[in-house]
Amino acid sequence: MTQTITLRVNGKEHTVEVPVQRLLIDCLRYDLGLTGTKEGCSVGVCGACTVLMDGQMISSCLTLAVLADGRELRTVEGLAQPDGTLSPVQQAFIDYGGFQCGICTPGMVTAATALLEANPRPTEDDIKEWMMGNLCRCTGYYKIIASIQGAAARLRGEETP
Amino acid sequence: MNPFAYHTPETQEEVLTLLHEHGDEAKLMAGGTALVIMMKQRLVMPETLISLHRLRGLDAVRQVNGDVHLGALLTHRAAETAALLRTRLPVLAETYRHVATVRIRNVATVGGALAHADPNQDPPVTLLALDARVQLSSVNGSREVPLTDFFTDYYETVLRPDEVLTAIRVPIPPSHSGSAYVKFLPRTADDYATVGAAATVRLDPATGTCQDCRIALGSVGSTPLRALQAEAVVRGQRLTPELLREAGVVAQQQTDPISDTRGSAEYKRAMAGVFVRRALEQAWQRAQAGS
Repeated sequence: MTQTITLRVNGKEHTVEVPVQRLLIDCLRYDLGLTGTKEGCSVGVCGACTVLMDGQMISSCLTLAVLADGRELRTVEGLAQPDGTLSPVQQAFIDYGGFQCGICTPGMVTAATALLEANPRPTEDDIKEWMMGNLCRCTGYYKIIASIQGAAARLRGEETP
Repeated sequence: MNPFAYHTPETQEEVLTLLHEHGDEAKLMAGGTALVIMMKQRLVMPETLISLHRLRGLDAVRQVNGDVHLGALLTHRAAETAALLRTRLPVLAETYRHVATVRIRNVATVGGALAHADPNQDPPVTLLALDARVQLSSVNGSREVPLTDFFTDYYETVLRPDEVLTAIRVPIPPSHSGSAYVKFLPRTADDYATVGAAATVRLDPATGTCQDCRIALGSVGSTPLRALQAEAVVRGQRLTPELLREAGVVAQQQTDPISDTRGSAEYKRAMAGVFVRRALEQAWQRAQAGS
């Protein structure tokens, strides 16, 4: 059984026909070619596949593509400006060394973007609680936290450490 | 994942009709965070999948007389942040916050989690200690079931194939009551517990003795369970270190855990005693501190 679904991804509308059992991550990566979103654990634990659906972060590996029909999605490809200028969160991850091998990074910056939209002034504990579901197997957590703190400060127009 | 026929009903009547037609061959999906994993692993292979995401009106938190009603499609995140829950049933809001991660809580629903009936979950333990009830509906009508009678085995409940869980009803504890949930997590903060324990205590303000008490445990049996014998030990008594210890010992005798990556059966049983003691003490202190 297939179904035709319409997704709005990073502001652009896509209409695709998918088998009903297709996962959102596969739809994004293989039907739409948006390979920025990664698949890690496939069971909703590692956070590599984090995308925002109607503004809320979800695991695209646990979401059926048909469930996203008519919804608004944001992936890591949609964070930068159309001219390529990186978002403050992306830029901070570079400036503060918030990544090593990079496999967790799309999920990390997407989750951090959602955090700063929900809470522009997170404490370190707020960051840890929110980002708990995004695993970095290089264990670069301190610099990830510093990156998010740096991005938060920049977004607030403050001096950054 | 195997293919299936896919339905997206928009009203409760449509859901009930679909369930009536497809019965055992159909699976309901709310958030899907548990079901999709089971389908990917082919532990569950429904011929028909009924997604509830277009259904409206089943995600409210309301106070109805002395109860708080949680719509089954309320997400864990919405439950954890609901002002009504935070003020009237803070222990329950706190328990929902202990489940997995924000990303999962954004999607996983309070009703779906109960219907999933994994004995390692956190909310059923607190809900048992709060004496919650669930509302089950089918084309033949509705029935209310105490949560104590709801779980029957690993991933099994009294839900009939044509029934849907529509609401959780939680009595607001009377004055001089306190509740606590403690989760023993030796690995990571988003993991299932090695043991979860919840307690609710109501004190006689004149004498300080325990008038009523409920103790529940998770991860130590095929279902979340009430430690009824331990409750009997506590009723009518004053808080002493000996009483807490005895309640823990009696509670752990009621457990039947399995050995897994979160601990051996023996260890879990021992920890059940420790964590019942801690939950009980915390609940008691909250009862003394509250009005």
